Amino acid sequence: MQPDISVKHLSKVYGDGFQALKDINLEIRRGEIFALLGPNGAGKTTLISIICGIVNASAGEVTAAGYDIVKDYRKARETIGLVPQELNTDSFETVWNAVSFSRGLFGKPPKPAHIEKVLKDLSLWDKRNNRIMSLSGGMKRRLMIAKALSHEPQILFLDEPTAGVDVELRRDMWEMVRKLREHGVTIILTTHYIEEAEEMADRIGVIRDGEIILVEDKAQLMTKLGKKELRLQLQQKLDKMPGELTLEPVELSEDGYELIYTFDSQQEQAGVARLLRTLGDLGIEYRDLQTRESSLEEIFVGLVHE
Amino acid sequence: MNLYGIRAIYNFEMARMKRTVMQSVLSPVISTCLYFVVFGSAIGSRMGDIDNIAYGAYIIPGLVMLSLLMQSISNASFGIYMPKFSGTIYEVLSAPVSYVEVVLGYVGAAATKSIILGLIILATAKFFVDYDVLHPFWMLSFLVLTSITFSLFGFIIGIWADGFEKLQIVPMMIVTPLVFLGGTFYSIDMLPEIWQTVSLFNPVVYLISGFRWAFYGVSDVHIAISVGMTLVFLTACMVGIWWIFKTGYRLRS
Repeated sequence: MQPDISVKHLSKVYGDGFQALKDINLEIRRGEIFALLGPNGAGKTTLISIICGIVNASAGEVTAAGYDIVKDYRKARETIGLVPQELNTDSFETVWNAVSFSRGLFGKPPKPAHIEKVLKDLSLWDKRNNRIMSLSGGMKRRLMIAKALSHEPQILFLDEPTAGVDVELRRDMWEMVRKLREHGVTIILTTHYIEEAEEMADRIGVIRDGEIILVEDKAQLMTKLGKKELRLQLQQKLDKMPGELTLEPVELSEDGYELIYTFDSQQEQAGVARLLRTLGDLGIEYRDLQTRESSLEEIFVGLVHE
Repeated sequence: MNLYGIRAIYNFEMARMKRTVMQSVLSPVISTCLYFVVFGSAIGSRMGDIDNIAYGAYIIPGLVMLSLLMQSISNASFGIYMPKFSGTIYEVLSAPVSYVEVVLGYVGAAATKSIILGLIILATAKFFVDYDVLHPFWMLSFLVLTSITFSLFGFIIGIWADGFEKLQIVPMMIVTPLVFLGGTFYSIDMLPEIWQTVSLFNPVVYLISGFRWAFYGVSDVHIAISVGMTLVFLTACMVGIWWIFKTGYRLRS
């Protein structure tokens, strides 16, 4: 199937000589949730801004829903909705007018029923006649989403959608994003909250210093790069690591009551059995054991600092 | 053509005018009325006629031009500067609208406001001074043409400005002196010859002269030259805007 967004050899050098993007190649599939992760200043917002037409590319090609974003900019942009990072709103407009304005701007005839639905979905219906300046930060954030959805886009960009949003609202937004995906909308989100990507994304791209260093299915990424950890709570304190265990990647906790064994989740798992057997042979007894997988956050930190 | 897009921008800007009616309509009307009272009725009654026209009536075209120029520039420059300042410009830049459509929306609304304002001032003037319009068609044409031209000029200023101070500099420091020295309150013939020549470099002279001709049939320069110069300035503004959007100047990095 044709990708919804296709980026080929995209580069961006700003007027002051700063190279924000270096030869980016990326394809985003129809109907997926794609999370773009990267530290501050990595180029996430520049990449989104170029696709949406706010920043000019220095080199390369981008298509959205099959349309070139420069030659066929009208058709390309009609398919895109953008929720930018900053809460940029017209303070004096009412919620209803602001959302209707966005729909008109994107070339769509008025459709009050759709605007009503969007406002209701985002719990803004009661505020429709309020001026934007009277809204709270969370409501303004939802208003930005309502504006982006006003023209029924096929592709939705969410640039740091939950920055500065409380936990409950963040859960609501995740729910909304999932619903949009169920309706076939392709979603690209950038985020600092790895938890967010872990929770929602189908695929994950990591960008660092203007380069895409990795694009993977989330699940594959977790297994491929994920580490597993086995923790054994000991019955009796160990003063030092027994010599028989030094060959294994095992650590003894500071208080001497815990052994921590780290292993790659992809490796054959004979190590665990071997460790437990050795412990049995040594007469070291344990009262409990846990295993856990490393989170995306740890994978991410590992990648970015490589 | 994205007609819904043009309409959205146009309506948005007109709604802004309704919200700021005190500032954008009432205040210029009041200040023009003060000119009529002071220069038209009070001082004007002691002044001799110019070109056989009572002084109070003589200054009407110039005063209307003054408001038209100032308001066109201020409306259009604010219209495009505010989204840049607040950051909402992202939406216009990411929308499927061409630059011609963006300009039609913003400049169209600014020019509409100026035209409405010009007509209100003309109607108000009737309360203070008696005047006739000899060539109504040309009067309206100048009104519309000047509003559009200076709204385009204001749009350019709004793009160029990177602070509120710059928005004010051009209308206050350049346009006001040009209008005052452009024959609003006197005929260019009344100046010493050297200053008459200098005045011909002031573009506003042609606007006021042409506009006054439409009212009373008298002018400092030939009407064809007035129309020609107005069109030259209109074209210059259009080229400026074309360049802005072509290069992305202060809009798209």
